[in-house]
Amino acid sequence: MELYTNLAITNWTTKRCSRAGCVALLFLGMVQPACLKSRAQEYPYFVTYSQEMEEPGNLDIEMFNVVGSPPAGNSFIGSDIEFEYGLKGWWTTEFYLDGQATQNQSTIFTGFRWENRFRPLPREHWINPVLYAEFEDTSADKTIREVVGHDGRYDFLVPNWLARMDKERELELKLILGSNVRGWNISENFITEKNFAGDPWEFGYAFGVSRPLQLAASAHECTFCAEKFQAGLEMYGGLGDANGFGLHLTSQYLGPTINWSAPNGMTVAFSPQFGLNGYSIPVLYRFSVSYEIQQFFGHFHRGGS
Amino acid sequence: MKSRSPLLVVAMLLIIFSSLALFAISNGAWLANVPQRDRERVNPYREQPDAVAAGRRIFVDHCAHCHGDNADGTKKRPSLKSARVQQEATDGDLHWLLVNGNRGQGMPSWVKLGDPQIWQVICYVKSLH
Repeated sequence: MELYTNLAITNWTTKRCSRAGCVALLFLGMVQPACLKSRAQEYPYFVTYSQEMEEPGNLDIEMFNVVGSPPAGNSFIGSDIEFEYGLKGWWTTEFYLDGQATQNQSTIFTGFRWENRFRPLPREHWINPVLYAEFEDTSADKTIREVVGHDGRYDFLVPNWLARMDKERELELKLILGSNVRGWNISENFITEKNFAGDPWEFGYAFGVSRPLQLAASAHECTFCAEKFQAGLEMYGGLGDANGFGLHLTSQYLGPTINWSAPNGMTVAFSPQFGLNGYSIPVLYRFSVSYEIQQFFGHFHRGGS
Repeated sequence: MKSRSPLLVVAMLLIIFSSLALFAISNGAWLANVPQRDRERVNPYREQPDAVAAGRRIFVDHCAHCHGDNADGTKKRPSLKSARVQQEATDGDLHWLLVNGNRGQGMPSWVKLGDPQIWQVICYVKSLH
């Protein structure tokens, strides 16, 4: 009896949360384009973090999406909306709301994540380290913002109603290394993640390299000129866990990626990413839209532009 | 599990306070910190006729919100028409500042623009004297 009561409460809570989450995502998605002055120049990565921090006072709002179709499973779209704010030149904080929709199942709000990035060295070096710490509280998450441990395509075969009973409260730490060489950005991430439920530490990596198609700016406004595009390559995957480090039973992805800075300040990015082994989903299609609002809180001050 | 959580909190605090400590000692007059080699760098776009116009576009996109549409400065951010920027600082000095930033004072690094665009925006800033 107690079990049924608990299940009923869980169902009621999750339904309520999912409705509230979906409404929040929808609302934010609608409000986002109405924001005022915005400019962006970003690397075209979806999983890899570069050494770049958000400029102090700027708010970057970004909607990430990933579409996949695991063999013998239902197609899904995982989405998250990200609010990235530059607190200081050396400290960036981000808050995410996550959701997903799975064909023949449901559309649900899957949780939130809060991350902070710190850049310990004030100046530019050949390799620039950034420290990253994230807390996440999710369930049935399908946004695939990183791959760690033995994450793989079989995780996506679990139906939503069952997957969301498994609460994932995790701490994730990353060492981000980034370099800029002759217009190229090269970024490497070393990831470790710990589930508070007592699972072993899990490991993963991400690597990205990109370059603008044209480095110098042209003297006149243009929409589809080469300087507005950045292209690159991204690779990421799991590295096992504390009980078995390595590539065995891990998923690995590789794909080209490109973004375009639109004239109205919007940046659009797209990447098809291919699973490199049988443990991965064969193809993931990622796309994102972002706005950077400069000096966000200045808009609320009297006389703020 | 319970015994590990305080350790994680301590580790997080250590990271935060180490960063704070590093930045507390990293501020100061940026111009005095520029290495001689960087100071003497020559702007390869100096003689290019379109560089000022291109630099103006970059300035409007990335710099104007803090430094003002005409680089006159805003409440908290300095004017770029000052004697320090226009006369004391060389193109190489400004390039060094744009690459490294002055994070403790709120000036981010603009290395992501790449060298050509950094030099172009310097052409524009220097044209304001």
